Amino acid sequence: MNKIFKYRYYLARRTTQLLVLGSYFLANLYGWEMVKGNLSSSLLLGFIPLSDPFATLQTFFAGAVISADILVGALVVLLFYAVLGGRFFCSWICPVNIITETAAALRRKLGLGSKDVPSLLSRQIRYWVIALTLLLSFLFSVSAFEVISPIGIAHRGVIFGFGMGWFFLLALFFFDLFSQKYGWCGHICPLGGFNALVGKYSLIKITHDVDKCIHSQECFLVCPEVQILHAVGKQSHIVTGKECIKCARCIEVCDSGAFEVSIVGIAKQLKEGA
Amino acid sequence: MQEKELNRRSFLQKSVYGIGYTLLGGVVWSAYLTKSQAQTLALRPPAALSEKDFLASCLHCGMCVSACPFDVLKLATVSDDVPTGTPYFTPRENACRLCIDVPCASACPTDALNLELLTKKEQFSINNAKMGLARVNTESCLAHLGLQCVMCIRACPLEDIAIMQKNERNERTGMHAYLTPVVNPEACTGCGLCEHACPTNTPSIKVFPLFLSAYERGSHYVVGWDREDEARAKQKTSDVTMEKTKRNEKSALENVNDVDGILKGLYHE
Repeated sequence: MNKIFKYRYYLARRTTQLLVLGSYFLANLYGWEMVKGNLSSSLLLGFIPLSDPFATLQTFFAGAVISADILVGALVVLLFYAVLGGRFFCSWICPVNIITETAAALRRKLGLGSKDVPSLLSRQIRYWVIALTLLLSFLFSVSAFEVISPIGIAHRGVIFGFGMGWFFLLALFFFDLFSQKYGWCGHICPLGGFNALVGKYSLIKITHDVDKCIHSQECFLVCPEVQILHAVGKQSHIVTGKECIKCARCIEVCDSGAFEVSIVGIAKQLKEGA
Repeated sequence: MQEKELNRRSFLQKSVYGIGYTLLGGVVWSAYLTKSQAQTLALRPPAALSEKDFLASCLHCGMCVSACPFDVLKLATVSDDVPTGTPYFTPRENACRLCIDVPCASACPTDALNLELLTKKEQFSINNAKMGLARVNTESCLAHLGLQCVMCIRACPLEDIAIMQKNERNERTGMHAYLTPVVNPEACTGCGLCEHACPTNTPSIKVFPLFLSAYERGSHYVVGWDREDEARAKQKTSDVTMEKTKRNEKSALENVNDVDGILKGLYHE
């Protein structure tokens, strides 16, 4: 029971990811009217349009006329991201998260990659990749990231069939396992970067209480965006780093309960940041 | 102080690496994207924009694929020779049934499949679709052997409009007829039901995307015995030039008798 408690968010996230993907899969298989489409764009309950804002932005740069359905859908999702946190998508919905977190866990178990090995990639690369995505979309008149996105390959694969697409996902798994811890999600993925920018002032934040902290370092081991924990163990604060994926792994692994989920107003966040 | 200097250095180093990796990735990525721009042999769902605009607009959501009641449409995987995540169909396996309510294009949330393209002369009809154009391979076609096949003609939803039967005397037997299929490019929707029905091992009637099958002769060729085409040449407003070139400055008779000129022409002077 204790073990399940230690993985309560983890299990909830996996359940959500599988439920979302599973309902898209079944909806396509049986022609359900409740859910249509996939993670790029969908129609919920027959009237709520949802569209990936980053994909929509790419089609705009590619020269497409954005239809009203797509625009409304993208705005609905943007609002959701702005309030809940854009990277909420990464840890609770994105299927690639299952692959990369498994790779990271295996990497820890096998003891691959010690602290002496310097990080290969900068955490800022994803923001360059966003710029590159939009530039290439404009130059080649095609949504550049959507054509190669492992996220798309994964969810389209589950819903409509993989082809040899799972090769890409396997390559990603090996990259994260051997080359770079959280290489894809924590460094390169432009969708993650975009969602981070959108959800910078999201209301849901993790707070840290330094008085409870026993400096076990457990949170540093599991956090996929470890740079946002720079003040942990030094002072009580709101974790304001925009890259936080709201996976709540820090809460689960902390035996002293130094982390909590909180709803924090934007004004307070700005004050904290200053 | 020294530590600060080291931090600065490692930060700069990381930035250079970052830019380098981004460039490297960008170049490889571009190479892959040029492949997606290569003209594909895939047939798109009805009411699709021109391939270039279609690729720019498609959000890869697969709603058209889910909406297709006959499971004709597929979403391209990385293994297919079609840009990943875009819908297409292969008539030999499963052909478009030309549903009158066009569920695929109606489901499209973007303008990639645009129902307005199916309206011609203020009449909305799926029969206005232009997914491709069927072409007959006379070498393997059974009807061209002299057998009575007519499978493609019977399979066509626009029988006698998009595909017609041409009757010709069979000189070999002297007592039979060739009943051969002839496609009308104006009316063919490219649904591929003919290709699907064709009994030969490789289909003798095959739908190709328009860039391959809708041959353009070039506007500088004028069909003199076609009044409309002849008028186009006489108007001179089009891109047809009627000015004299160096060759035809002289009259025909002068040209024929101009031995020096002919010799010059022969030796390319």
